[in-house]
Amino acid sequence: MFEKRIYMDNAASTRLDERVLEAMQPYFFDTYAVATSEFAYTQGIEAREALDEARGRLGKVLNANPEELIFTSGSTESSNMALKGVALALGKKKGKHVIVSKIEDFPVLHSAQSLERQGFQVTYLSVDGEGFINMDELRDSIFDETILVSIQHANQEIGTIQNIHNISSICREKGTLFHTDATHTFGHVPLDTGKTPVDLITVSAHTLHGPKGIGGLYIRKGTPIAKWMDGGFQEFGLRAGLENIPGAVGFARAVELVTERENKRLQAMRDRIIDRILAEIPDTALNGHRQKRLPQNVNISFHYVEGESITLHLDMHGFAVSTGSACFSRSLQGSHVIYGIGGDHERAHGSIRFTLSRYNTMKDADAVVKTLAEIIGELRNISPLGKEKHGKEEKNEISI
Amino acid sequence: MKFPYSETVLEHFRHPRNVGKIEDADGKSMEGSPACGDMVAVYIKVDPGTKTISDIKFESYGCASNIATGSIITELAKGKTLDEAKKITWKQASDALGGLPKIKAHCSVLAIEGLRSAITNYEERHGLVKERVSTTVAIIRNRLKKVMNPITGLDLVRTNLIKDIELKDSKARIVIDLPANHQFAPAIKEEIMEKIEPLWDLKEVAVEFAE
Repeated sequence: MFEKRIYMDNAASTRLDERVLEAMQPYFFDTYAVATSEFAYTQGIEAREALDEARGRLGKVLNANPEELIFTSGSTESSNMALKGVALALGKKKGKHVIVSKIEDFPVLHSAQSLERQGFQVTYLSVDGEGFINMDELRDSIFDETILVSIQHANQEIGTIQNIHNISSICREKGTLFHTDATHTFGHVPLDTGKTPVDLITVSAHTLHGPKGIGGLYIRKGTPIAKWMDGGFQEFGLRAGLENIPGAVGFARAVELVTERENKRLQAMRDRIIDRILAEIPDTALNGHRQKRLPQNVNISFHYVEGESITLHLDMHGFAVSTGSACFSRSLQGSHVIYGIGGDHERAHGSIRFTLSRYNTMKDADAVVKTLAEIIGELRNISPLGKEKHGKEEKNEISI
Repeated sequence: MKFPYSETVLEHFRHPRNVGKIEDADGKSMEGSPACGDMVAVYIKVDPGTKTISDIKFESYGCASNIATGSIITELAKGKTLDEAKKITWKQASDALGGLPKIKAHCSVLAIEGLRSAITNYEERHGLVKERVSTTVAIIRNRLKKVMNPITGLDLVRTNLIKDIELKDSKARIVIDLPANHQFAPAIKEEIMEKIEPLWDLKEVAVEFAE
């Protein structure tokens, strides 16, 4: 039926790059000591050096000092630490108010809800039809008691890139800390901590052809944050636990392998898929902004059809994508992001996300559109919705 | 590799039987809504002499289990008398499909309801039903058996989530044993409204949460 599987769910996970594995390998077989044993034996010193070097290289990408970046198990832990760590440090001293957007990914959203259950007040900022927060609403929501604002750099589903410079500047001006979840932008969209007054940044390797289970949290020097993973004194005494040195080395290598040229190539594939679907498949709508979106993200709603059926049919043709449909999720809830941008149930259930990577080609992009056109046609044939409309689709084409 | 769906489900999903609309249907129905994520339309032609289903077609907006169940019930119901077809259960459909994942029970129950509603629709249009009955707490409870508790894939009544049902002056008040900020609260409320509001003699329906 198909020659090879084409994976287009790279926001969820990516294929490891061989060059990353190569960089990691010595730290499984040779330098496998813990970095905290640096005063005891040679392998410990080597491990410490490898960890510091990886930290330095990753910090550089954010224009940060090495000691401002701590390693974690991934973006879920980083965001949990940012929200709960700041709440623990400032909740009693400054206040119990936190601000997030409605369309944050679950680590931020559910951490905020968890704080709410512990007596914190949380403001959930609304977003416009393309997923942008409103700067005036943000400004008006910050009070003396506000200890943290957490707004994602780019959205996990619809790819909308927020104006982090403006948002963080407002927070700085109003005297509150600012955290951003940069899981999907790190490596793809620059973020310079020297120019942008962001205090905490969540990053992860799994979206960059790096290994799973390693992420980082940038913590600007002087930011009050409490330790909540207790144990040893690793990571400047902020995060206990054995250092994942192969992971850290792989993470640093993975980020360095992302090039401007590659981002342009992803963007070209993205644009090809968006342009072709919108032009060739009727009754479709782009979710998110046309330009201010992640170079690797496409998210389109197909009216009158349900997303799980689309993804299952695509899988039978070898394509892996994801959907915001309730049926697809274990929670049986439609995408909170699509609802957040004002989409109705049908828009959420019929939304499909394609996230591209280094290993996709323009040929894949064309192939997915072609297959999709057939699948959507078949499913609309079965659907009780939209019949009166798609019988007469040729109408508005040529009118000379 | 193991799909969460059986081979039979996938086969019906790929090649659904009896798809489409019957323009001059004798009975038809539409169950579900985009809100709950699935819809099924069922159309039947009935032989007036033998009261058997001579033709049946369905349309589906939904996931694989919804499409597959729609397809299988058309096969199960074709040629049966209305009384026989009415008695087809979700379990029979599920068994015929080689089983369905529990969490997907909700999507597939719709097709069974669609078939029964199409039959009721035929009976109503052909003067085969008795007088309209007044709504009682028991009728409401019965309808709530069609509202799924997404946590378990079973209905609200069976999973003891209905704390109270009050019926006074054509106003119904339903109390759900979940906190109002529970992740499923809005979805459950919306579904209850969809099922209870159409009762012909109710003026008002209120859904409340216990905490």
